[in-house]
Amino acid sequence: MNWTPEIGLALLLLIPALGCVGILMSGKSPNIRDAVNLVMGATLLANVVALVIAVGEGARPTWLLVDIGGGLDISFTLEPLGALFAALASGLFLLNTIYGIGYMRGNNAKDQTRFFAFFAVAIAATMGVAASGNMLTLFIFYEILTLSTFPLVTHNGDEKARRGGRIYLGILMATSIGLLLPAVIITQVFAGSTEFVAGGLLGGHLSEFLIGLLLVLYTFGIAKAALIPVHMWLPNAMVAPTPVSAFLHAVAVVKAGVFTMVKMVVYLFGIDVVRESAVSHWLAILAAITIVIGSVIAMTKDNLKARLAWSTIGQLSYVTLGVMIATPLAILGAALQIVMHAFGKITLFMCAGAIYSANKTVNISKMNGMAKAMPWVFVAFFVASLSIIGLPPFAGVWPKLLLFMGMTEPADRWLVIALILSSLLNIVYLLPVSVNAFMKKPDVEPDSEVALEKPPILTVVPPVLTAISVLVLFFMAEPIMEYLRPIFEGGS
Amino acid sequence: MSFEMLLSNAAALVVVVPLLGGAIAMLLGSSRLAWSWSLICALVTFSLALVLLAGVLGGQNISYEMGAWVSPLGILFEIDALNVLLITLVSAMGLLALLYGLPTIDQEVDRHQHAMFFGTFLICVAGLIGVSITGDAFNVFVFLEVSSISTYVLVAMGSKQNRQALTASFNYLILGTIGATFFVIGVGLLYMATGTLNMADISRVLAETGSDRVVRAAFAFIVIGLGLKTAMFPLHTWLPNAYAFSPSMIGVFLASTATKVALYMLIRFLYSVFSAGQSFETAMFDYVLAPMAVTAMIVCSVQASFQSDVRRLLAYSSVAQIGYMLLGLSMGTVAGLAAALIHLFNHALMKGALFMAVGIAGLGLGVVRISEMRGLGKTMPLTAAGLSIAGLSLMGVPLTAGFISKYYLVIAALERGWWWAVVAIVVSSVLAIFYVGRMIEVMYLQEPPKTTDDAAVTVRSPILPLIALYVLVIANVWFFFDPSLPMGLANTAANELIGGGGS
Repeated sequence: MNWTPEIGLALLLLIPALGCVGILMSGKSPNIRDAVNLVMGATLLANVVALVIAVGEGARPTWLLVDIGGGLDISFTLEPLGALFAALASGLFLLNTIYGIGYMRGNNAKDQTRFFAFFAVAIAATMGVAASGNMLTLFIFYEILTLSTFPLVTHNGDEKARRGGRIYLGILMATSIGLLLPAVIITQVFAGSTEFVAGGLLGGHLSEFLIGLLLVLYTFGIAKAALIPVHMWLPNAMVAPTPVSAFLHAVAVVKAGVFTMVKMVVYLFGIDVVRESAVSHWLAILAAITIVIGSVIAMTKDNLKARLAWSTIGQLSYVTLGVMIATPLAILGAALQIVMHAFGKITLFMCAGAIYSANKTVNISKMNGMAKAMPWVFVAFFVASLSIIGLPPFAGVWPKLLLFMGMTEPADRWLVIALILSSLLNIVYLLPVSVNAFMKKPDVEPDSEVALEKPPILTVVPPVLTAISVLVLFFMAEPIMEYLRPIFEGGS
Repeated sequence: MSFEMLLSNAAALVVVVPLLGGAIAMLLGSSRLAWSWSLICALVTFSLALVLLAGVLGGQNISYEMGAWVSPLGILFEIDALNVLLITLVSAMGLLALLYGLPTIDQEVDRHQHAMFFGTFLICVAGLIGVSITGDAFNVFVFLEVSSISTYVLVAMGSKQNRQALTASFNYLILGTIGATFFVIGVGLLYMATGTLNMADISRVLAETGSDRVVRAAFAFIVIGLGLKTAMFPLHTWLPNAYAFSPSMIGVFLASTATKVALYMLIRFLYSVFSAGQSFETAMFDYVLAPMAVTAMIVCSVQASFQSDVRRLLAYSSVAQIGYMLLGLSMGTVAGLAAALIHLFNHALMKGALFMAVGIAGLGLGVVRISEMRGLGKTMPLTAAGLSIAGLSLMGVPLTAGFISKYYLVIAALERGWWWAVVAIVVSSVLAIFYVGRMIEVMYLQEPPKTTDDAAVTVRSPILPLIALYVLVIANVWFFFDPSLPMGLANTAANELIGGGGS
């Protein structure tokens, strides 16, 4: 049987599903299990790359899984935005798997089979989100993603993990059932379907009031995008092992959130409708506030992972800001931010995990002079920091530039203050980490030989690779924007 | 015997088989023998219900004149899309409850009472099917009492486990009898006003003569009487204890059928005996039924969140879920009524599964309180998984039948322009996340209790209850992907009731 985009679409879900079964079956011998895991990751990536090329050539593979009746169905369609997200997620997933194997082995973690099996379910759910053809399907996979990452967040199984997990599940489920699901149903009732349509499904169907209401329901219902005040699950998920944090922050969960946000604005509402809505302006302001508050709180955190978590909250709202401004350039900026931030943040998290694996340090104040033992880790950290801050020649500069250029309305203009302020704050809370590790002398400790342990090699290579990608992506922005151009076609 | 002949007699047999079967079961003495006999009777009843279902799906409504007495003088059994749904549900749940029940009953009821127990159970099934099937208002009362009185007995038999079953049963008996009395007074008044007991005939006479004060009084008595049986808020106080302290098999059966049948009767009276267009009825919908339904959905969900006894939690949740159904029927539209019926069906599936799962956990580990469920995900993984899936269905998560119910209910509310109802549905669903989440959290996030040698206990669940549980769990998922059976029946029924096809 030859590969066609339609088959590739089905394989998006089948490969991780088979991988999950394989992982569970080979649980007895860790080497085979990890090999299965890597093969799954590589096959998935190869499949996604083929799909990305096909979609770039204009193919729009679709697959109707089941028709429930009453206008409801579960179906898949891959378009450029989804293809890009799938590529991002599967690529980083492979790296994260390599890293995760190194990390879990290096830390002698328990229940590794269960751990990687849930990872496989989660990546399947992420692929489902990426390829969903309508909002109902997306919602289902969004929920599966929440549920399958919950055991990962609570993997350590202690009281702290349970408390974090409770908040994680509580907020994500409450918002999705309480706000997102009603929004999906209301969409279905008024538009007759929840299908993602180029140019927007809802345009012309609804009154100004309903548009505003729906926009609010969607924006807060997609709590994975961590807009204040539905952001608290994210810092609380920090109790998870680092590969999970990387997965949450860069590969899947938050990215699925902001991806859903972009999909919702581009394909459900249509960017014109959102741009002209009064509510979107207030949501943009809220996003700007979230950007600043996230950065400010990040500054106060001494625990490295907590600092990165708050940084993520701020950075995600760049995407929300972009989609609420809803000019084509701002939307492009939002889409690029998903990609560029992913590479930067996964690098930072993998570095944090490498530092922890080497000598169990979590506090930034204890990292002075540590670069001697692990120079590559801190070089990668430094590069990723610069990208998050938004300096050329690193990938992170593009989204910010596009967002700025997209703010054509005078009322939006002053939101740029938030962007500038945030970049300054990023400098304050990110740069000292690596600078101090290089420049300052290590604190003298009696058991100093412990402090100079080297991290496992498998936890160093992936962050270095992603740091290099941050450089490469700087030059890739043009092709990516070109790739995304079709999403603005069709409709009004 | 041809299908036609079977079909023409199935309407009578579906009541007669469990009724006589129950009487025989009581004489059998031996526990195993009584159980096997009851299972056979339940299987035959279920098959007969399927025959009726096939008949109705084939497009013909079935009527059967008891003893060949011509209606409206004789008792007429009438089967249409509406009650065939109930008959199928009751007979299927009766069968599943019996399948589930054997090991739990061994533990929960004295051995010498087993034959009595299974016999009474079959009579209860017969009563509920009888209520659903009959077209005669007084006959409804008779069957309602047959099922209620046998229920009091069954609830009281939980006293071996917990003496509170006796007070729960007594409470239920008092309130249930008040309800039945109100109902029969209402029927009496109707008879005074119309001179007939045949429901279709009452409806016809009422349409001709219009309503006077007697009819309105009858209406009030009937609604309150059936409201008590339905556990309509605030007439629900008998329910939580009756569900929580009865033998677990009875909890399973009652939660998924008893209130549903009473609700069906309420629908029958509101929509087909009285016509929904009457001004006093519309007023009752808007100012009594709908506000009470919404109150139940929220207040009882909050109450459920604070329960420490698992079965009381589920019972309060049931009252809240009945609120959903009452909300649907109080809309007075085809869409609303259909949504109520779909939820009636789906809720039976989820609550049946939840009570079964909790019962299995009780069997294995003596679980009564939520805190005692800790680590169930490790000790009884299949039971915990079943409980979680049914719990997700209760929340209304897509991929489960619960989503379908809520979806159609929200659509119906929007169509009616009842935004506040949508808000209430959402709030109640979020509360469901809390109380279901509490159980899931305890099961999966807390360590199981340790035995003395520090090994985690693993409990082997008996196979029959697990089979019954998983039939329902799979049904919960199945009816998401293919909701055509309950939806088709519910839509046909709602159209017949509202579209003027009352008789």
